[in-house]
Amino acid sequence: MSAESSPKIVIVDESPIRAAILEEGLREAGFTGVVHISEMQSLLARIYALDPDVILIDLENPSRDVLEQMFQVSRAVRRPIAMFVDQSDAASIQASVDAGVSAYIVDGLKKERIKPILDLCISRFNAFSKLQDELDRTKSALEERKVIDRAKGILMKVKGLTEDEAYVLMRSTAMREKKKIGEIAQSILTASELLK
Amino acid sequence: MTTPLHIGFIPLVDAAALIIAVDKGFAAAEGLDVTLVREVSWSNVRDKLNIGLFDAAHLLAPVAIASSLGLGHVKVPIVAPFNLGLNGNAITVSPALHAAIMGEIEGDALDPMATALALARVVANRRKSGAEPLTFGMTFPFSTHNYQLRFWMAAGGVDPDEDVRLVVLPPPYMVDSLANGHVDAFCVGAPWNSVAVDLGVGHILHFVSDILVRAAEKVLAVRQSWSEKNAGGAGGPGPGGCPTPPNSSRIRETAPRPRMSWRGPTGSASAPR
Repeated sequence: MSAESSPKIVIVDESPIRAAILEEGLREAGFTGVVHISEMQSLLARIYALDPDVILIDLENPSRDVLEQMFQVSRAVRRPIAMFVDQSDAASIQASVDAGVSAYIVDGLKKERIKPILDLCISRFNAFSKLQDELDRTKSALEERKVIDRAKGILMKVKGLTEDEAYVLMRSTAMREKKKIGEIAQSILTASELLK
Repeated sequence: MTTPLHIGFIPLVDAAALIIAVDKGFAAAEGLDVTLVREVSWSNVRDKLNIGLFDAAHLLAPVAIASSLGLGHVKVPIVAPFNLGLNGNAITVSPALHAAIMGEIEGDALDPMATALALARVVANRRKSGAEPLTFGMTFPFSTHNYQLRFWMAAGGVDPDEDVRLVVLPPPYMVDSLANGHVDAFCVGAPWNSVAVDLGVGHILHFVSDILVRAAEKVLAVRQSWSEKNAGGAGGPGPGGCPTPPNSSRIRETAPRPRMSWRGPTGSASAPR
C-alpha cells in the first residue's frame, strides 16, 4: 500500500502496551501512517495538527468526550464523524463496544477501507484483554502459592509435620469444608496472627 | 419476579438518587434488579444507551434532546421520565482571572450581569495587549454547562465562539486543568467546584442557579422504544425523596464507598480508573 493511499490513523490510548499491540498490527497490515497519542492534555490541538483520517480511542478513556467536541467546532476543516453514525453495520458496532474501542472517521473515507482497520482494532483489543486476564490470573495464583507456603510453614512448626503432611492436611480440610486450599491457608495465617 | 436493569452513570453528586435507590433497597422493593455501571464519558453513556447495552442512564438533559434530534450523532429517540437534579453547577475561575474580573467590576460581584460585563472588559484588555484568549472548560458539547457559560458571557457582550475558547474536559480533569493553567475557568457540577476551592486553585464566581433558575441538569433517560415496551412499570419516586434535609446525611453516608472514590493521573482530583 503506498503512502498516499494509506489513511493516517491516530491511536488515543493511555495504555502504552495496548497501543503498541494495535500499532504493530496496523503496520503489519500495511497501514504505515500510525501515530500514538498518550498525553491527554492538549489532545485536540495535537489531533488538528496531525489531521488524521481515522481516530481510534479506547472506551475507558474519559477524553472521548473531548473528541466529541470536534463535531461542533466549525473551524475544523475536516470534520470527523463517529463510527456509530453509520448504523448499517450494527454487528461491528456491538463488537467494538464489547472490545472497548471506538473509532472516529473523517467524512468521505470509504466504508470498505474502514472495515479492515476496525476489525483489526477489535481483534487486537480483545487479544490485549485476554493477555491482561491471564496476567491477573497468574499474579493471583502466585500470590496464593505464597500464602500456601507460609501456612505450610506454620503447620510444620506448630504441629511438627513434614512439608507433605502439612500440605495434605490443608488439602483434606479444604475438601471437607468445600473451600479452596488458598482460603484455608489464609485462615491459618489469620489465626496464627491473632494467636501470637 | 424481578426485572433486571442495567443503568449507566457518571460519578457525580447528581447520580445520588440512583445510587440511593439501589443501595438502600428501594429499587429491589419495586421488583427491580438494578446493576449500576460506572462510565467515564458521556459519549460512552449515550452510545451504550443508544445501542441497548443500557436500559436507562444518568444523562445530561441536553444529550437526551440531541440524541432525539440526531444532532452531532445518531438519531435515537430518548425519553426522560425523571429529572435527577435541578441546577447544581457553578462557574469557577482561577485566582488570576478572579482578580482581573474584580479589578474591572462595577457594581455587585454577586450579580452575574456585573461579572459578565467585567469579563467583557478583561477580554478586551487582553486582546489589546496581545494576550492569548481566555479558555473556559465545560463538560460536553450538549451540556447545560456549555449553554450556561455561553448564556452568562454573551449577556455581557462576550462572543463565546470568537472572544474566548470553550473546551470540553472530563469533570475529573477540571481541577487539575485549572491548577496547571490549561483553562482559566470552568463550569461543572458538584463536587468539582468545591474541590478547586478547597485546594486553593479556584474561586467560585457564581452558582449557575443565580443565572438560570430551575435548569434541568441530569435526567434518567431511556430509549423511547424501550419506554413504549415497558410502559406502566415506572411509578413515582419512593417515600422521602432525595433532597429533604433529614435524608441528606444518609446520602452522605452512602455515597463515599470505594466505587465512588477515585485516584487520578496526578493525585488529588482525577479520573475514575
